[in-house]
Amino acid sequence: MWSYAVSRLLQASVVIVAVTLITFLALHMSGDPTYLYVSDRASEQEIALIRERLGFDRPLHVQYLTFLGGLLRGDTGRSLSYRMPALPIVLERLPATIELTLMAMLIAVTFAIPLGIIAALNRGTAIDGGIMALAMVGQSIPSFWLGIMLILSVGLGLSWLPISGHVPVIAPLLRGEIGTAIANLPEALRFLIMPAFTISLFSLSRNARLVRSSMLEVLSQDFVRTARAKGLREWTVVVRHALRNAWMPVVTMLGLEFGFLLSGVVVVETVFSWPGVGRLVFNAINQKDIPLVQTSVVIFALVFVLLNLLVDMIYARLDPRVRLS
Amino acid sequence: MTAPERPAPGPAAVNAAATGRPGPGGIARAWRSMTRKGWPLLAILILLAVGFAAVAGPSIAPKDPNRQNIIARLQAPMTPDRNGVVQHPLGTDGLGRDVLSRLIYGARVSLLVGLTAVMIGGVLGIVLGMVAGYFGGRIDAVIMRLADIQLAFPFILLAIMFLVVLGSGLLNLILILGVGQWVTYARIARAQTLSQREKEYVEAARALGARASSVLFKTILPNILAPLIVIASFNVASVILSEAALSFLGLGVPPTIPTWGGMLAESRDQLLAGRWWLAVYPGVAIALTVLSFNILGDWLRDHLDPRLRGVG
Repeated sequence: MWSYAVSRLLQASVVIVAVTLITFLALHMSGDPTYLYVSDRASEQEIALIRERLGFDRPLHVQYLTFLGGLLRGDTGRSLSYRMPALPIVLERLPATIELTLMAMLIAVTFAIPLGIIAALNRGTAIDGGIMALAMVGQSIPSFWLGIMLILSVGLGLSWLPISGHVPVIAPLLRGEIGTAIANLPEALRFLIMPAFTISLFSLSRNARLVRSSMLEVLSQDFVRTARAKGLREWTVVVRHALRNAWMPVVTMLGLEFGFLLSGVVVVETVFSWPGVGRLVFNAINQKDIPLVQTSVVIFALVFVLLNLLVDMIYARLDPRVRLS
Repeated sequence: MTAPERPAPGPAAVNAAATGRPGPGGIARAWRSMTRKGWPLLAILILLAVGFAAVAGPSIAPKDPNRQNIIARLQAPMTPDRNGVVQHPLGTDGLGRDVLSRLIYGARVSLLVGLTAVMIGGVLGIVLGMVAGYFGGRIDAVIMRLADIQLAFPFILLAIMFLVVLGSGLLNLILILGVGQWVTYARIARAQTLSQREKEYVEAARALGARASSVLFKTILPNILAPLIVIASFNVASVILSEAALSFLGLGVPPTIPTWGGMLAESRDQLLAGRWWLAVYPGVAIALTVLSFNILGDWLRDHLDPRLRGVG
């Protein structure tokens, strides 16, 4: 287990270095990045001054090492629009994004697994066809459009749920105010449901299909036939024998799904005016606030890599074949 | 130990060992299986319609998609003018532009970006994947490590980063979305090449003195194309979704070119006022196009690889 953990940790660090290298290089793809930091009316002297201040006149490798050193100290540059360090701005909005991602994950799992199992058990029937058709449609709808449609119908038409706004849960938790967090929860859920469902629909559909095919594969195997031949009840066969073995591909999938959901938030947060990192990125793009975009991308990637690492560890614990291969 | 396999971008994983090619009479068989199921035929009809809109846009669009008309702004669909004539069957947007015409022109960017990006990613990925699988060793290790790194990084963020710095625009959009797809093809092409490499027909080609490039692309490639085509169909669907998302974020093509994603972005300002038609039509256009590519991919998979029929 430990050697596996160490090797995965090393791999994760390589990825993180690669991520910093890519974000660094992206900035320099346009030639001289100074022009991204100055207004169109800046004079040559001003530009030269800013170039020197930001260090863009130094050799590329020195700049990269400076950038990396800054990252390690938590200094990722100053936001151009907020006129303050970019990192605290991003970190402040991270909890709202995590709440949204967790809720989306919860919705995807809660619906995908039963739907996939029901479809597999009714293979070839109208129930199977119906669920799979819905899953196909769910994978074809752009998330931001679904969000807009939900706002129009459920929010504005029926007035069932609020169309924007946010009540924090994780932020008070982090401050140690557990009481506030619990008190906020019911109200927070009302605000979370629509955006979280919007983000999750794609994953929900994809996973329902995955659970179905994974179940079908397991159900056709000999040990399932043996279990049935022993005269076990169908419920026992499905839950105790088949489901246990159909689990694995689903767990792997769910880990990757986290990252996928995380990247879905950029667009969906914008639709629902959710005060998370996604909307921050959107605003930063519009204001050409390069350091803020860069910081957000690095933080997103870090969370993504760490989550993947975590899932791999859980996976390795669940299935010895993974860490021994 | 490699990173866990990323799921195929399409609705279901494609069997990595799939090599079934339609034999003689393949077209007739394909037609029969398509018409029997109905859905694939419908999907192809929709795609043909979208393709027609993209190619013949200027001749079939009733109005200039960029012509603004402040007097006729925000008209609901089927609103008759003073003479009782419906000028804008799908209504007009905040600048008085004709929604139907913009919708027809929007097909261009979606299809163009979807198809060319997949082509770029497909060629790049297939070449790299086949080279990795065929030669193995260090080349293989380097290519596959690159793939792992790219998979460990949410692609849309990468696209955002590059587009913000390089500036948006059709070419940049296509290049970035295209390069973003290579890993999918590389992994499948590599696995397929590995399984074909030692087969007799490949050995025969080598024994006849064929060069490596000829063995790879003339001998092996035709035999591993089926699963790659299936992936490509699902992939066009997901690229179109990405393009729409990037256009929605304002990172797509310039606003003078109508796109479905851009139309949706503009519709946000009119949402609270209940101007539903601005949001409904472009969304339906994206969803139908993407759905059609997904259905097509599903059918292709069933058809090209009989072993998966009814399973995936």
